[in-house]
Amino acid sequence: MTKPLLTSRYGIEESWKLANAERAGAYAVAKQALTTRTPAELREQVKKANIRGRGGAGFPAGVKWGFLNRQEGEQIYLVINADESEPGTFKDRSIMDLDPHRLVEGAIISCFAIDAHVAYIYVRGELAFSVGRLEQAIAEAREAGYLGDRPFGIDHAIEVYVHSGAGAYICGEETALLNSLEGRRGEPRLKPPFPAVKGAFGMPTIVNNVETVASVPDIIEMGGDAWAALGRLPGDGGVRIYGVSGHVKNPGLFEAPVGITMRELIDDYAGGMLGGRPLKAVIPGGSSTPVLDPRRKIDAPNEDHPLHKWHGQSEIDVPMGVDTYRALGTMLGTCCAIVMDDTVNMVEACRNLMRFYKHESCGQCTPCREGTGWLVDVLDNLCNGRGKPEDVDLLVNISNNMMGNTICAFADGTAMPMLGMVQKFREEFMDAAIHGLPDGVRHDDSVRSMVEGGA
Amino acid sequence: MAFALTTEREQQVDEVLTRYPERRAALLPVLWLCQRQNGWISPEVVEYVAERLELSTAIIKGVVTFYTMFFDEPVGENVVWVCRTLSCDLRGGKVIQEHLEKKLGCTAGHTSSDGKFTLLKAECLAACGQAPMVQINDYYYENLNVEQLDRILDAHATKGGEAAAAEFSTGATFGAPSGGDGASATSAPPPPSKEAVRLASQPPPADTTGEDA
Repeated sequence: MTKPLLTSRYGIEESWKLANAERAGAYAVAKQALTTRTPAELREQVKKANIRGRGGAGFPAGVKWGFLNRQEGEQIYLVINADESEPGTFKDRSIMDLDPHRLVEGAIISCFAIDAHVAYIYVRGELAFSVGRLEQAIAEAREAGYLGDRPFGIDHAIEVYVHSGAGAYICGEETALLNSLEGRRGEPRLKPPFPAVKGAFGMPTIVNNVETVASVPDIIEMGGDAWAALGRLPGDGGVRIYGVSGHVKNPGLFEAPVGITMRELIDDYAGGMLGGRPLKAVIPGGSSTPVLDPRRKIDAPNEDHPLHKWHGQSEIDVPMGVDTYRALGTMLGTCCAIVMDDTVNMVEACRNLMRFYKHESCGQCTPCREGTGWLVDVLDNLCNGRGKPEDVDLLVNISNNMMGNTICAFADGTAMPMLGMVQKFREEFMDAAIHGLPDGVRHDDSVRSMVEGGA
Repeated sequence: MAFALTTEREQQVDEVLTRYPERRAALLPVLWLCQRQNGWISPEVVEYVAERLELSTAIIKGVVTFYTMFFDEPVGENVVWVCRTLSCDLRGGKVIQEHLEKKLGCTAGHTSSDGKFTLLKAECLAACGQAPMVQINDYYYENLNVEQLDRILDAHATKGGEAAAAEFSTGATFGAPSGGDGASATSAPPPPSKEAVRLASQPPPADTTGEDA
């Protein structure tokens, strides 16, 4: 049993108000950090914490901070990515709504640690409610003297501003986000230069996810090593917020150490499958992460293989970590799983996700703009009984031609789950290519009566 | 007729401009202020913003058309976004959309004949654990079934959006309505289960009293 950290204040009445959050410990760490410790010390703790970025890519946050290399006359910016839009992901919103002061406190400590004076929180446009909560929290913190020209009385001005997006998944990509912050279309930039060298307004910039920044107060309070040790995997520290949606009894958010297994997440945390139906597939960390198939066993007889320890076990019995999941051929992503039972047709589920990517492609790069559309066209044909067996390989071919051929990782994030689906559920795609989908196929059977009510 | 922001909003624009080292960065916040006042980004709004931020109208139109939430044509009094991405679809998002279309008498992408509702399909709205859900104006309504949806729509039509939100919106409770007698996660600390803290409330019980499907 561990005490909750990130979510420890969620249950407090009106937890978003300063007085209540402060009574439960908010800003104590920021005060101690700013008044008694040096930025270099704080950076060292975050590095030791082995915190892998919580936005999906899993890059070590401490290492990212180390990339900053300020030139004469430059100002460093902290940009907090709250554009949470990856299908299946809904964790950052809970931090902003239920404990905005944890994020503001994390932003204050982070700004001090990386020598930034301004932090922008880029919130997706749909979350007007979260924007309100954050702005209220920032105003309270400024009033209390935790922000402004002399936070906690020290000579290091810090301002935190909320910047609202306006509906574009691609703005979660850090350089698209920076363009959007600067008042432009949210189109990703060519890299290099990376944001740490040339980011917001041409200045060195650190872009971190909400949960990453919200973890900073705990890391500083406990010390990097102790926080890292909360996780169950080497090089991947701490606790994180897991999400589960889809066909489970209790969909929702759960705080747990890094390194629990998908089976634990579904059975122990989310209460098991809805209606006791069999688990067919699970998308582990947002729609861009290739699907897991519980029937598949780990094949790693070689002792050098990173997954050797789990040789012969199901894919869903591998601990959820950035590196273990990469070895598994998928990605940990945002740790928010979409669970599907045996009523789901994978071709239809795949079409649903590919429609999302088609809608959200920013259109700069031809392979992505056209490729996402072609994938949907081919899947439409399969679903509507107009497909041919060759179409299944066409999906693979289109995906392979998208990967690595574009400015940002969006095309890869589309192609990888597409390839994973075909690889693991090829027979279902072939079946659709030959027979089309069965009449009336739908993937909400297990809940339909609940949603339809008394029909 | 030329568009102008109210004095209060003009002051907000002045404040927003102080947040960024470049004037152009205020474009999204200023467009939001305009849309909140005007309902949509009309050609007059574009002219106004161009002058206020010293940008060309082409740049502004480029930005407006890039983002889903800026409307370049008029919309109804309430805008209903129904999420149809996978997590919601697994939990009945399609049923919700079909019900909305029947109830409002228009298909997604259109406005009801009384001008009260515009129905739009949305891609994932980051509420997957509380599916199915809709966003109406600024607020989220989660863990829906059709009876609840009817009550929410009726409240919007009769009392207006803000009153309806106060009564039915799930705000930050991650599932339970913030008003009424729904138990909310924010007022009752959830019991810890194993190492986890459960944040969302239970899915709505199957309600069998409805007369409509």
